Amino acid sequence: MTTSTDVEVTPATRELVLDLHRRMVRIRRFEESSGKLVETGEMPGFLHLYVGQEAVAAGVMSVLTDADQITSTHRGHGHAIAKGAEFRPMFAELYAKTTGYCKGRGGSMHIVDTSRGMLGANAIVGGGIPIAIGAAFASQYRDDGTVAVSFFGDGATNIGAFHESVNMAAVWNLPCIFVIENNGYAEFTSQERHMKLTDIAERASSYGIPGVIVDGMDALAVRQVALEAVERAKRGEGPTLIEAKTYRFFDHQGIKGMRIPYRDAAEVEAWKSRDAIRLIETIGVERGLATAEEFAAIWAEVEADIQDGIDFARTSPDPDPADILDDVYTA
Amino acid sequence: MTTRELTYVKAFNEGMHQIMAEDPDVFLIGEDVAGYGGVFHMFDGLLDEFGERRVKDTPIAEQAIIGLGVGAAARGLRPVCDLMFMDFVGVAMDQIFNQAAKMKYMFGGAVSVPLTITTAGGAGMSAAAQHSQSLEAWLAHVPGLKVALPATPHDAKGLIVGAIRDDNPTIVVLQKKMLGVKGPVPEELYSIPFGQATIAREGSDATIVAIARMLPEALKAADALAADGISVEVIDPRTVQPLDTDTIVTSVRKTNRVLIVHEAVQFGGIGAEISAQVQEQAFDYLDAPVARLAAPFAPVPYAPVLENAYVPDAARIEQAVRRLLERG
Repeated sequence: MTTSTDVEVTPATRELVLDLHRRMVRIRRFEESSGKLVETGEMPGFLHLYVGQEAVAAGVMSVLTDADQITSTHRGHGHAIAKGAEFRPMFAELYAKTTGYCKGRGGSMHIVDTSRGMLGANAIVGGGIPIAIGAAFASQYRDDGTVAVSFFGDGATNIGAFHESVNMAAVWNLPCIFVIENNGYAEFTSQERHMKLTDIAERASSYGIPGVIVDGMDALAVRQVALEAVERAKRGEGPTLIEAKTYRFFDHQGIKGMRIPYRDAAEVEAWKSRDAIRLIETIGVERGLATAEEFAAIWAEVEADIQDGIDFARTSPDPDPADILDDVYTA
Repeated sequence: MTTRELTYVKAFNEGMHQIMAEDPDVFLIGEDVAGYGGVFHMFDGLLDEFGERRVKDTPIAEQAIIGLGVGAAARGLRPVCDLMFMDFVGVAMDQIFNQAAKMKYMFGGAVSVPLTITTAGGAGMSAAAQHSQSLEAWLAHVPGLKVALPATPHDAKGLIVGAIRDDNPTIVVLQKKMLGVKGPVPEELYSIPFGQATIAREGSDATIVAIARMLPEALKAADALAADGISVEVIDPRTVQPLDTDTIVTSVRKTNRVLIVHEAVQFGGIGAEISAQVQEQAFDYLDAPVARLAAPFAPVPYAPVLENAYVPDAARIEQAVRRLLERG
């Protein structure tokens, strides 16, 4: 097992810092906005928000192309946005409109964008892991140089499909990267109550593959380990298990709920003090790579996009019940 | 079209060879499907012909086998994922019914999943409760899946080809007890589309709808009844999802009596659905209540004497038809 500090770090550039920052701010603002829209009752359903974990999606996705495939989780908005998904069809899907990514059929937990290699969020914990090895199998079968990345949480590493999938990917050297977003909680159950391990990356040794621990609040560090894993996969050396230690600032579901005593306020505040977006802004300014004004401009640009997305969703048509049987099957 | 006699398993195997030769996107994975050719030799010779890239033995990992198929299918390949025994469907169910079946719909049509699952179902081999089940009604209940149960060598070949060419997740349930049964099979590659029943025998006094291995039993019963001047029409739905209700209803409107036979348990079996559709669409034509003959509500037992009592056979089908004719 290695940690991110063992890997030679590629220098952060201005473009990279701004790119990672933009991806993270887009996620942050989408999540805050949609969380509020559900709270006010304007949008249906319920949301598992990604705020706090942005560095993981941003860092990994910054090394992927649209041809590379990902599978995601019930907490999937961040992965979709970091992979390039647009706000208009994302908001429209949450608003259950025909212009949404799933035509209003899927909602928050099923956002998909095949044009960008986003093979879908998944409402079954760990359900996307076996699918990712299939996407990676297709890469290997076609020898097209693409990779697949599966994102999932600490809780998902306890299900059987995780073990089956990582083992099969390992034995077949599939170009698949498994990214554990260890936010310390399987829903409301803390890690020490659901497994004996502190470092889940240790599980990699069961499959004979590298396990890497990375600071999941540091997008540059995440990018670095993702780059290593992708290069390894493309060399035909098989999968890597990455454990990104991170935290969700909001509740398991929705924004509120911090008062529920399954985690204490000091713990939440300690992680919030390591906010990934603030961290990259600090790095950018301190190293002279970008200015505070440039970061502020990104926040403003994203804000305009958010409003545009919401306006689009609000004015989009509802699905027609007459079409309820469409797309059950491919004709 | 040249036709010759082949066993059920050889016909299936020929279909696999021909479709894999035709379509380079078709690959096969499963437990012991490559080196061993499948525990029933359904896949004999495929490794030699198509190589390790397209024919692969997997770890014992049913969820990963099906999930890999789902992901590869979502990327446009045509995986054939073997589950060896139908009972193992339960081990892989999340990937079958939450993932494969629903991706098309819940993603608003963005993704098709041309996945084929092959498996072997049915009792009759003293394989007991975890290697003998007929679970087609489970699968047929899930929107998005298609389910075929070939009952002849001809259909074993045609339905596996039809399944692989279908752009949806399909399950082809081979009948363990029928693997050595011979029948006429065309040499050429052909495909049977899902949702088309066959009338295996024409008749006028009663209709038997026979699922899977109950087809040869029903035909035997029909022969016995014919000796007494009773003319029975025998229908094989071939696929239970989609179900060719029209062929069944048309027959019942003609014969006015129907018996549905399957070796899955009767409660909640596919016979219940067929019965409901018949009474919805042919109630006024019925001269007797719709009859069902199926397994009792128990796991499949091991002892041959119990297993024989469990699975319907020609003699009991014949009795059931006679009872049906006594009504009205």
